[in-house]
Amino acid sequence: MTAPHSGHRPYRANGSADRANELLWTAREPGVNGAHHPGERERPVWDRGRPAGPSALRLVWIYPDLLSTYGDRGNLIMLARRAQMRGLRVEPIQVNSDQPVPSQGDIYLLGGGEDLPQVLAAQRLRAGGGVNVAASNGAVIFAVCAGYQLIGTVFGGAQGEPVDGLGILDISSGRGDKRGVGEILADVDPALGVEQLTGFENHQGVTRLGPGARPLARVIIGTGNGDGTEGAHAGRVLGTYLHGPALVRNPGLADLLLTWAAGPLPPIPEAGEAWTRRLRAERLAAVSVT
Amino acid sequence: MSKLPIRARVATTLGEAAGKVSRLTGRGDGSVIGGVVGLRVAPDLLRQLAAGRQIVLVTGTNGKTTTTRLVSAAIGSLGQEVASNAFGANMESGLVSALSGSPDAPYAVLEVDERYLPSMMKATTPRVVVLLNLSRDQMDRAAEIWLVARRWREAFAAMPDCRVVANADDPLVAWAAGSASQVVWVAAGQRWHEDSWCCPQCGSHLRRDELGWRCGECGLSRPSARWVLEGDSVIDSMGVVRELDLSLPGRANKSNAVMALAVAGLFGADVDQALPNLRSVASVAGRYTTVQRRGRALHLLLAKNPAGWLEAFDVLDQDHRPVLLAVNAQVPDGKDTSWLWDVDYRVLRGRPVLVAGERRIDLAVRLEADEIPFELVDGIEAAVDKVPPGGLDVIANYTAFQQIRATLGRTA
Repeated sequence: MTAPHSGHRPYRANGSADRANELLWTAREPGVNGAHHPGERERPVWDRGRPAGPSALRLVWIYPDLLSTYGDRGNLIMLARRAQMRGLRVEPIQVNSDQPVPSQGDIYLLGGGEDLPQVLAAQRLRAGGGVNVAASNGAVIFAVCAGYQLIGTVFGGAQGEPVDGLGILDISSGRGDKRGVGEILADVDPALGVEQLTGFENHQGVTRLGPGARPLARVIIGTGNGDGTEGAHAGRVLGTYLHGPALVRNPGLADLLLTWAAGPLPPIPEAGEAWTRRLRAERLAAVSVT
Repeated sequence: MSKLPIRARVATTLGEAAGKVSRLTGRGDGSVIGGVVGLRVAPDLLRQLAAGRQIVLVTGTNGKTTTTRLVSAAIGSLGQEVASNAFGANMESGLVSALSGSPDAPYAVLEVDERYLPSMMKATTPRVVVLLNLSRDQMDRAAEIWLVARRWREAFAAMPDCRVVANADDPLVAWAAGSASQVVWVAAGQRWHEDSWCCPQCGSHLRRDELGWRCGECGLSRPSARWVLEGDSVIDSMGVVRELDLSLPGRANKSNAVMALAVAGLFGADVDQALPNLRSVASVAGRYTTVQRRGRALHLLLAKNPAGWLEAFDVLDQDHRPVLLAVNAQVPDGKDTSWLWDVDYRVLRGRPVLVAGERRIDLAVRLEADEIPFELVDGIEAAVDKVPPGGLDVIANYTAFQQIRATLGRTA
């Protein structure tokens, strides 16, 4: 029989793929599995004649098959959108856990994940070494929730057992007593020059920072690292407990990452910011009254 | 009713009274409160009410309410009364209300919240459990889905007499059902792959092809199915092909219908006997209903999570008529709107798009990023006034949907 799913691919673009926005949805080729483009089975996704040239900003989304629990794609979309509004060309690259990680990316994104996928992702990334090579080459790393824990030295596995992380950020994480679930509000490290952090957190992690990392923010509302701080950063590596599409409500953070990767950026025209500003204002007002 | 112990009888009577009050005062449809009152008086009520009946439990992330209705309709073809929580009240209190409302029904088809399946199995000792699908849903209050699948697996291993009807095309479901001693596999399809890229057993990347899915590492693979959904047709376990020809729209409901036929088959219901009953189901708890409003035909669709939105888009009118999207983030919806970024809204290009609900600004930012032109409206009435006479498709998540139904009147 023909499996009913074979005719439907959720994220496939039906028009021309000449725009990077289309690539945001098509970069994960279901054909990687061999079903639709058997000839391209072994070819990595980023080596398939993408229209963007060498000067394009390469946004590498790490392991969406393991680390994409809830809206993590939003970070890729927002980075691409804010880069494009400045006239930058963007090349989104999605790397599944059965593919090697390219070391030549500009910004690497790691999303959230359940316990078991998080452990698997850590094992495969440690074995491959691509993200570590990229980090040591000065690439920007942005990691959310499970991804944040994973780039540290150690984190808690499914039964709370210690699991080795990538060691890119000087943090160590374990499991706390209760889950931190809800809106979070935090003042960002003044050194970063970014406005207040607003988002949603959903995790049971507790994270301690070592001397090599600075807190990303001080918690006003919410849990964060568990000691009054939230997230961590060092050099061009930044991690946060904000859940999923953290950059959507924090365009300043998105711009910080883009600036690290591409240098100073012109402001975005008012019209391009209007809805984002409105959403930020609404969420900030919502947490301050509760 | 007389077979119930005295305390359980008092409890069900009190519960029914509370349900009536709830309906009369317009607070709800009465399907939860009655059970809540009953359980206060007799905590073991569900077990007592379930005893001696043929119970079917229906669970999964999407399609529970509709499939429960379809299974009830299919089993109803046997000519006996079927108890059911037809309005989606799928926690213990809703099950109690359903059973106490039909004390003499020999069959009961009960929708169960996926997190509570193991405890509801213990309480009701079901003859059949139906597993539809598992995908990301309300992450702020729901358990992680790999964890849900593992708990299902343990529950089936502990109850070898229970039969399972499971969707073979969903790897997480197939893995969970794999511990049951008797499984009827249904090739019901799976469009949403974002939560099953990796093998639930060993974590390796799954391979997919025309034959389904398989793990190259541990060998876990799609079981061969006895019932198959093929286009608009069902192929039964004897290889007979029949046109489904449902009143309910969309691919997801075809798959729900095939699951229902497989369940009915276990109770001895003939496909030719059950299918007309399935075809007569036209709307379920207000979903898929068409409501007339000031010259506009409103087509109401409920979508609660990314996989549900994908199926809802499949049901949209083909003539690019206007669509209203309404999103809330109350507790039953999940207070985290992150999931909006897992939905590909580009299929809406070319339609007039209206946006409503308590979290419409979240949706606005999301649509802007997908370059979908949209317009904010204050609610369903404003949307009706905004669009020309003709049709309006409405897709809303849980409480947004309830609000729209309340505005349009319970008759919707």
